Amino acid sequence: MANRRGRRMGAWLVSGPPLVYLLVFFAAPALIMVLASFRSPAEFGGLAPLVDEAGKLDLNVDSYVRFFTETVFMRVFVKSAWYAALTTLTCLLLAYPLATLIAKSSAKYRDLLLLLVILPFWSNFLIRIYAWMIILGPNAALAKLVNGIRALFGAGPVPLLFSGFAVLVCLVYVHLPFMVLPIYANLEKHDQALLDAAQDLGATAWQRFWRITFPLSLPGVFAGAALVFIPALGIFAIPDILGGPEDTLIGNLIKQQFLETRDWPFGSVLSIALTVAALVLAGIAAWVARRGSGASRA
Amino acid sequence: MALLDIQGVTRRFGDFTAIDGVSLAIEAGEFFTLLGPSGCGKTTLLRMIAGFDLPDAGRILLDGEDLAGRPPELRPVRTVFQSYALFPHMTVEGNVAFPLQMARVPAGERKARIEAALEDVRLIGFNRRYPHELSGGQKQRVAIARALVTRPTMLLLDEPLAALDAKLREELQIELINLQKEVGIAFVYVTHDQTEALALSHRIAVMNHGRVEQLDEPSRIYGFPRTRFVADFIGHCNLLSGPVAANADGVVTVDVAGLGPVRVAVRSSIASSAQGTVALRPEKIRISASAPVDTPDNHCRGTVADLLYMGDVTVYRVETPGGSRVEALLANSQGGRAKFFEVGDAVEMSWPVNAGHFIEG
Repeated sequence: MANRRGRRMGAWLVSGPPLVYLLVFFAAPALIMVLASFRSPAEFGGLAPLVDEAGKLDLNVDSYVRFFTETVFMRVFVKSAWYAALTTLTCLLLAYPLATLIAKSSAKYRDLLLLLVILPFWSNFLIRIYAWMIILGPNAALAKLVNGIRALFGAGPVPLLFSGFAVLVCLVYVHLPFMVLPIYANLEKHDQALLDAAQDLGATAWQRFWRITFPLSLPGVFAGAALVFIPALGIFAIPDILGGPEDTLIGNLIKQQFLETRDWPFGSVLSIALTVAALVLAGIAAWVARRGSGASRA
Repeated sequence: MALLDIQGVTRRFGDFTAIDGVSLAIEAGEFFTLLGPSGCGKTTLLRMIAGFDLPDAGRILLDGEDLAGRPPELRPVRTVFQSYALFPHMTVEGNVAFPLQMARVPAGERKARIEAALEDVRLIGFNRRYPHELSGGQKQRVAIARALVTRPTMLLLDEPLAALDAKLREELQIELINLQKEVGIAFVYVTHDQTEALALSHRIAVMNHGRVEQLDEPSRIYGFPRTRFVADFIGHCNLLSGPVAANADGVVTVDVAGLGPVRVAVRSSIASSAQGTVALRPEKIRISASAPVDTPDNHCRGTVADLLYMGDVTVYRVETPGGSRVEALLANSQGGRAKFFEVGDAVEMSWPVNAGHFIEG
């Protein structure tokens, strides 16, 4: 008995600090945000007092009504989801072969290749985005090459910077490691005997990939997709710096509400909508992953 | 013409020669076993038949056709892997259906063939289970059904029972014998377990250091080992070596240090060799407390140095006055006695000339 109680106390001691940390820095701000979404904006921004001069509690759903009635916000949401989906798909197409290469390379090169994948994290996120301004800039080699080729076909020059293209390229660049690492971690555990067996049973290389390797790697693919899609959905720095006027995403909208328009209640509503959307999509991904690989936990 | 003809096959890995000029032929419908210690090359040879590895020299012919240019997926042989290698994301039915799908067997025909294959291995009603829901024995049955469902000309089994416990292993051995008889497909079985090889096979190739030491029927492998290695590897065996003292009238006398002259019958006249070994199975030795009344061909005294009580039999290690040790085995079947002798007891051992088997060198 005493032993069991002691063990339970030990469990609390170990898991207590992170729990407290999460309560203070995640749950509490989230609750504050939910509360803020039902309050009124003050005249010069921020929040109006919770209890007004007449002593009445000032809580309303005005900001939610605005979110659901003005279609412009929904359009931004859809556009953000589209950018995030394109980013996820592109990352998947680039990361899968790369992860395969790393998983199949000898132990000597594997660590080096993994290091190269995470190397960009060593420099500042914003600096890396500004670097793309130079790479995609009108006087850079890339733009000159693209426009030179276009000129050969009689097409006029196009700017690469401050466009949806620039935003997408940078979104893919920033998120690629988050797709490579989980897929690599999955592929690295695959049993060569399964591929030998499939080959022995008559499967060609293509069939071995689609029937064995790919289905077994789905947990890694879904983990990577969630790690890319969710942050890409809420990003604001990349469209801010590299996007054109058309490339306002939900993250920019939220930032505007808090820092420029200073309509905190409406900003809170947008944040909550983003969180709910991300949770729903993550839930769907987890459900699909479980169904797709229900049997792979042998 | 043999079904599978292996001609002078050699395989090297760097400086190591895994297979050293092996030639052997396997007949249709045969249960053939490659037996040897780990590292003897038996698995390498099996992988070359399957196509996962290619010989550096020599040829492998199936039905008279050289397999050299054919990748594993185009060879009409199937492998049962030691780790089973079942596809974890597919059900039992999905696993067995896989080779049929690869062979483009029409969907309508598949169902019946899957059922037939699962019936062959006595695994009915497990179609919807996933591999992780099966026991080791059941997994092995699925692996065999999956390999047999397309009716290959040959089934290659790589230590398929190694991961199972002794009781289940014995049960599956009997099932494998019956299954092989039923389907009539040639089985090439790789194992390091000599009792398994003796129990299952029509013929055994005993391998060591990449060479075939002896290729014969099980009873001849056990009774008439051709080399010291075979005698030692298959079952327990006393290997009594020494210079040949006499060779006359079909009886060779070997002068064994610490034991004296040992007489052994030889079938055909052997070339006069200076050195020889008598391979003598422990169960062929008569062991008693008093001197035998008749005049045995071979006779010696000793004291019991060690004994191993195994339940059905007891193994006695007897030390002779000259300091050599002989292993003798006695069945505990009579008189309800657990053991006949204790450590330190003086015993008499005797055996006829035809109990041992002479090996040159």
